[in-house]
Parts: sequence; C-alpha cells; structure tokens
Amino acid sequence: MKHSFKIPCSTEHLKDARRFLNEVLSKYNLGDVNQSALVLAVDEVCANVIIHSCNLNPNMEIELNVGFEDRVLIFEIIDEGVASGFDISSYRGPDIDKLIKTGKKGGVGIMLVRKIMDKIEMDSQNGKNICRLYKNL
Amino acid sequence: MVNIDTKIDADILTLIVVGEVDASSSINLDNAISKAINEGHKKILIDGKGMSYISSAGLGVFMSYLQDFDKNNIKMALYGLNEKVLNVFKILGLDQLINIAESESEAKVLMND
Repeated sequence: MKHSFKIPCSTEHLKDARRFLNEVLSKYNLGDVNQSALVLAVDEVCANVIIHSCNLNPNMEIELNVGFEDRVLIFEIIDEGVASGFDISSYRGPDIDKLIKTGKKGGVGIMLVRKIMDKIEMDSQNGKNICRLYKNL
Repeated sequence: MVNIDTKIDADILTLIVVGEVDASSSINLDNAISKAINEGHKKILIDGKGMSYISSAGLGVFMSYLQDFDKNNIKMALYGLNEKVLNVFKILGLDQLINIAESESEAKVLMND
C-alpha cells in the first residue's frame, strides 16, 4: 500500500505534509511519541529540500510517498530542485557543544533524522532527487 | 503557526508558546526571545503547555541563545512540555543542556539557583 501527497516548496506547507503523515501513520499503532518522531524526521528532510534544493520556490513541488513492506516503513521525499551534492545519508553533523558555541541556528535537523530512522538513501534519476528513509517496525 | 503571549510576574518574564514551532514559524520564537533579552529580562520562562510540535528549527533557536544567556547571566527554563515535544529535546540530549522542568513552580525554583 502506497500513500502519496504533494506540497509546494514553501515552509508554510510543512504542516500539511505533517497532517498527511500523521493520518497515514495513525493506522500503524506506533504510539504517539514514536509516530511523532517519524513525522519529525520526514518534516526535517522536507524543510531541508525546500530551503536548500528548491530555494523556497513555491512553484516547485515536493512529492511524499509512504509505503510499508516486510515490516519496514519507507518514506520517499522527491524533488526536482538543484541536487546540492549534500548527501544526508553520509552526513554526521557537527558536535552539539560546538554548535552552541557558534550560536548558529541550523545544523541539527539531519542529526535528528539519523537518530530516528534506521537507514537513509539518496538517489538522483531523471532530474529528480529522491531521499528514502527506512524505519523497521 | 505559533502564537506567543507574554506574562510578567515580579522579575520573571514568561513566554507562553502555543502551536507548532517549525521551519516556518520558528522566527516568531526567535524574535520573542531576542526581544526579551534586549529588554533586559534576566529570568525567562517558556510555558510550553500549548506547544504541540517542535522541529530542529525550534531547537536551533533555543541552542543559539544558550551562550547569550550564560554571558548575560540570564536564567531560562522551559516547562509543561508534552511527551512528544520533550522527546525531540531528548533525542539529541538537549534536555541535559537546557533547563526543562515539569511544572511552572519547578521552573521558578530553577530561576533562583
């Protein structure tokens, strides 16, 4: 079973993506905290794509797919923005203490994704960037 | 969407955060904390009872002020977070770096430490 949803590349639409994800995930009885963490991880990737790959261009879209196979939830986040070459599947993220010293506001989104999900894959084909997040249930 | 009201009780300023703090709305939280610092408040409480969601953008706002708080002798504590929101802080261990209390009275005790 695959569920799909599209949002324009604007951070104002992240809440719509979260609503879609919460609706889909509510069927899996994951518990409030776990469900919310999965929604957060997808939200973080979407925010990253909107800001860095699509440059906040609301004329572009992000496609979200959620599937479930062999007790693994698979989330796909697909965009047609500039593939920045930034590979979140290998990104480790900075040290939290160092981040605090610099006073910067960004930097922990992908760390959250890595902590929450079991596997992250990046793929580019036909001008599309595909990020796949896997969560074993 | 997030809405932030303020309450002043003696020398404590409380920011009452209601709604979702995400990449779109975290700027409002940022502005509210920045204003509180600029106004010279030394004791800042964040009432998170109505905070239904926080993403890294919101965490980043709190993290970015920790040094300012330290430098300017400002005490800050959050309280009333629901389990889902508290979990987001815990995933990265930020509950060890940021004062998080269960209740308003507990948070006020932290203001006097």
